[in-house]
Amino acid sequence: MDVYLPIANLSVNGLVIVALGALTGLLSGMFGVGGGFLTTPLLIFYGVPPTVAAASAASQVTGASVSGAFAHARRGGIDYHIGAVLVAGGVIGTGMGAVLFRLLQALGQIDTVINVLYVLMLGGIGGLMAQESIAALRAQKSGVPLPARKRRHHPLVASLPLRWRFYRSGLYISPLAPLLLGIATGILTMLMGIGGGFILVPAMLYILGMSVNVVVGTSLFQILFVTMATTMMHALTTRAVDIVLAVLLLVGSVTGAQVGAQFAQKAKPEHLRLLLAGIVLLVAMRMALGLGYRPDEIYSVVPL
Amino acid sequence: MSAAAPRWRTGAGRVLALLCCILLLGARDPILVPEISQHEVQVRQGFTGADLLLFGAILTPEGNRAAQDYDIVVVLEGPVQSIVLREKQKIAGMWINADSLEFRSVPSYFAVASSRPIAEIVDDKTAAIYELGLKWLQLSPIGVIEPKEQARFSAGLVDLMRRQGLYREEEGGVKMSGQVLYQARISLPSSVQTGTYTAETFAISKGKVVASEITRVEVRKVGFERFVAVQADQNGWFYGLFAVLVSVAMGWLAGRLFALV
Repeated sequence: MDVYLPIANLSVNGLVIVALGALTGLLSGMFGVGGGFLTTPLLIFYGVPPTVAAASAASQVTGASVSGAFAHARRGGIDYHIGAVLVAGGVIGTGMGAVLFRLLQALGQIDTVINVLYVLMLGGIGGLMAQESIAALRAQKSGVPLPARKRRHHPLVASLPLRWRFYRSGLYISPLAPLLLGIATGILTMLMGIGGGFILVPAMLYILGMSVNVVVGTSLFQILFVTMATTMMHALTTRAVDIVLAVLLLVGSVTGAQVGAQFAQKAKPEHLRLLLAGIVLLVAMRMALGLGYRPDEIYSVVPL
Repeated sequence: MSAAAPRWRTGAGRVLALLCCILLLGARDPILVPEISQHEVQVRQGFTGADLLLFGAILTPEGNRAAQDYDIVVVLEGPVQSIVLREKQKIAGMWINADSLEFRSVPSYFAVASSRPIAEIVDDKTAAIYELGLKWLQLSPIGVIEPKEQARFSAGLVDLMRRQGLYREEEGGVKMSGQVLYQARISLPSSVQTGTYTAETFAISKGKVVASEITRVEVRKVGFERFVAVQADQNGWFYGLFAVLVSVAMGWLAGRLFALV
């Protein structure tokens, strides 16, 4: 099924794009991450211009996180208070990300920065996740439970001025901490076309020390709004959002997300996390190799 | 452009030319009548590229059969654009963009078809003047650059575009029949830029371009594709808002539908 993408200026096989969306949707439903970390590189690999890929992937993440966010909202799994601060930070972050995107584009280093960011982020987070889930699985086998982790925020967070109470998260911390975290994920969303869930969730747990039952819901809430802001930002600055591409991805990802959510209910969380860690590490490794090996194309063309 | 016959424009020259014609019958410049299978290529949903048939006839000024072997070269060129060409180099173990060069006039599409290999038809000088072949593309780099470096970048660009199917060279792509008719098939990939394409046909005899004619093809987005491209370019707010609404609605709808299952 040939579909012409009017912004990417390119004809693609529509079914391949839908399948790609379904794959990332499946991951997002299973693991509660946006799945954008897979969409953007795969689209680029398929021949879609990098800017169009990053801009259109954001709207796919919006779609995939909507139903999840609704589900969490219904069972009270969102701390709107801290979520609002995160979103505010995220919107500022996308603005900064847009400026950075332009600057790096002008310097010709946007691809390299995106690749290096992917390798560092995915490698780091994937490694941590793998370590943690293997430890959990070992503990299950031996029957000795892991020592319970003390839930508390990072000492740096405590040193920030001004303190607010966030009741649902069970926190009394400076709003600057979630604001900065929001800004960081906003920048990453703009640059990498990802939702930032896989960075946000661990950061909420281990840096902010939020209570576990609101972490995933609040992260989805933040991702939802920040990817919306990203889509708007791309529509206004790079003008690279391809609506046809986005709709194809959405068709796949919203269905995939639902199927993935069903899977997730049946599987053990430790297994799921190990699987996700494996996929994340694999993508990171592929990208690291891509940086080191001689690329297929030495030259690249950018319109002046 | 009638590149081959500038000298008979003056009155005296014309008389002289006429005399020559009578004296040396058959040595006069022929007339080229080129045509294209379609003058408009519509880029719409399902567009996977287009096949253009460039055909025509060579006649004597009286409209008779030329009765002589000519070589025909057809050059199809897309709209030119200014670009930056970046070159990756291995720095600290990573392949990153290091060097770059700006070009002022890079055709977004360039195809040459000829009845025989170009090198057998004309000498290098003529080929360079008329840009007959990818080797002779005039890309106009900006700034002062070493010739060696310029050649390296130009070769890199041509190689890249060729592998993307945007630059083509088809020696033997022009078929002649009965010393009168010629035809060449040139295909446009789906990734072509929109704009005005010019098809220039050259009739060449004994290494000299004796006649040339230009025809034009318009490549444009139509219908929905055009609407989307225009909205994305001019109505960023509306377009972005629409994209956001669509993604939220689809996510929500899927959630609802699966709740029923």
